[in-house]
Amino acid sequence: MILLDRVTKQYGKSPDAALDRISVHIEPKEFVVVVGQSGAGKSTLLKLLTREERPTSGKIIVGGIDYDKLPDKRIPLLRRKIGTVYQDFKLLPNRTVFENVAFALEIVGVSTKEINNTVPRVLDIVNLKDKAKRMPMELSGGERQRVAIARAIVRQPKILIADEPTGNLDPKHAWDVIAVLEKINRYGTTVLLTTHNQDIVNKLKRRVITIKNGKIASDRSSASYNDKKADRL
Amino acid sequence: MGYRTTTAMRIVRTGMVNFVRNAWLAIAAMAIMIITLTIILFSIIANATFGNTVQQITDKINISIYLKDTTTKAQTDRFVEGLKQLPNTENVTYLSKTDALKAYMEQNKDNQQLLAAINETDNPLPATIQVKPRDLNKLDDIRAYADNKENKKLQSDPMSDSGDRRQAIDKITHATNIMVRVGVGAVLVFALISVLIIFNTIQMAIFNRRDELQIMRLLGASTTYIRGPFVVETVIYGVLSAIISILIINAVFVTASSSLQATSFGLLDISYAQEFFGKYYWQLFGMQLTLGILIGAVSSTIATARYLKFKTPKK
Repeated sequence: MILLDRVTKQYGKSPDAALDRISVHIEPKEFVVVVGQSGAGKSTLLKLLTREERPTSGKIIVGGIDYDKLPDKRIPLLRRKIGTVYQDFKLLPNRTVFENVAFALEIVGVSTKEINNTVPRVLDIVNLKDKAKRMPMELSGGERQRVAIARAIVRQPKILIADEPTGNLDPKHAWDVIAVLEKINRYGTTVLLTTHNQDIVNKLKRRVITIKNGKIASDRSSASYNDKKADRL
Repeated sequence: MGYRTTTAMRIVRTGMVNFVRNAWLAIAAMAIMIITLTIILFSIIANATFGNTVQQITDKINISIYLKDTTTKAQTDRFVEGLKQLPNTENVTYLSKTDALKAYMEQNKDNQQLLAAINETDNPLPATIQVKPRDLNKLDDIRAYADNKENKKLQSDPMSDSGDRRQAIDKITHATNIMVRVGVGAVLVFALISVLIIFNTIQMAIFNRRDELQIMRLLGASTTYIRGPFVVETVIYGVLSAIISILIINAVFVTASSSLQATSFGLLDISYAQEFFGKYYWQLFGMQLTLGILIGAVSSTIATARYLKFKTPKK
């Protein structure tokens, strides 16, 4: 589903690479957590996947699309196939909750009738059905993040990328968001989550890729959690 | 409903909703646009009016050719016909000796002494051919034809377009040419300055919403889908500004015409300005609309461009 082959990313003329010859392979329907300290290269990795940035070297293939062969004008089409959730939510401030979620469908030309059917259903999944007419400013941080998730999943993408979605949230709201991501993963979406919250990493018990100084320090599969648990017993 | 129709309708609807939601920004941008369009419209009317005044002055300039009393009718007819054939001749009028005297007496009907003196002598005035040129800048062909060897023989005096008069005509022609050019130049400069101000205003308005543009980009919206509503919004500015601008000029002419008439505007003939505005009302309105729509659409297209680039420099 996602393949990075010896990917390096250098910004400007900086001698240190933000990512240094990283190779990762993520299978369909996997839930992968990417951890690392601030500046480790997590966000750069996600920006490469959404094509906000271009790698300095290496190959990226997502959902069968080879990024080397992707012209700029087709980037919108790529982004429509990937759901993205950002730490700062990136909601459209002048639109209501409903309109923010509907926007993702409008840009791909979905009919108004279908939008009116789909959006309430997705808002229900993130428990925001009763706040459809609110403006983002009127919502709490956790609610805004759930709107962002609703917007990311409304097109039923095969891949969902969540960049520190719990970074600005208190523990209770953070767990609400994680619960929604797990639910989406159960429906069959590949989820790639970045976080530096160790508590979430430990409780999720999923595959964890640790990035340190732009390199992969460890890639621990979800099975290892079960093994450890078995050892303790 | 097809994908394109649905998308087009959404773009228009979003543009209209944005216009209402960003009312203050809209008012600021429209205020500048209204001032611009009003200045441009006013400059055009002023230029036309001024041009009319210049035309009225130059209309009074013609060339008089004075004929000897011995000139036969055949010679006169040939001379007149020849003048009519010239490309720069608008019309030719022949005044016989009697007509010239009548006109002279009419002009001096209050001067009894002069009239008495004329009555005591034979008609001293020569028959005259008056030539009205189309373009005062191109009198040479008329001069050359009148002064050729055959025609020169028929003339009793040098023609009116010579010596000091010729210099005076040249000066008036030169001055009016400069004035018309200055008028056109002023309209163009006003238009250019105003367009730059509007462009800046719209660019600032879009700068305030750059985050919105970038979010749309990240969600996979196409360039047309993001830019469309901005263009629609600024086109609405243009349409409303054009309507308000023409209403302002209308109000100035209709309700304040009496006070304007009373004011001395020098070379500006207010009644002609009013007549010009009335005669070309719909053309002027159409021009205002086109200008407003164009300025709005072009400004927003250029202003959004920098936020719609894909930030992916080549390897």
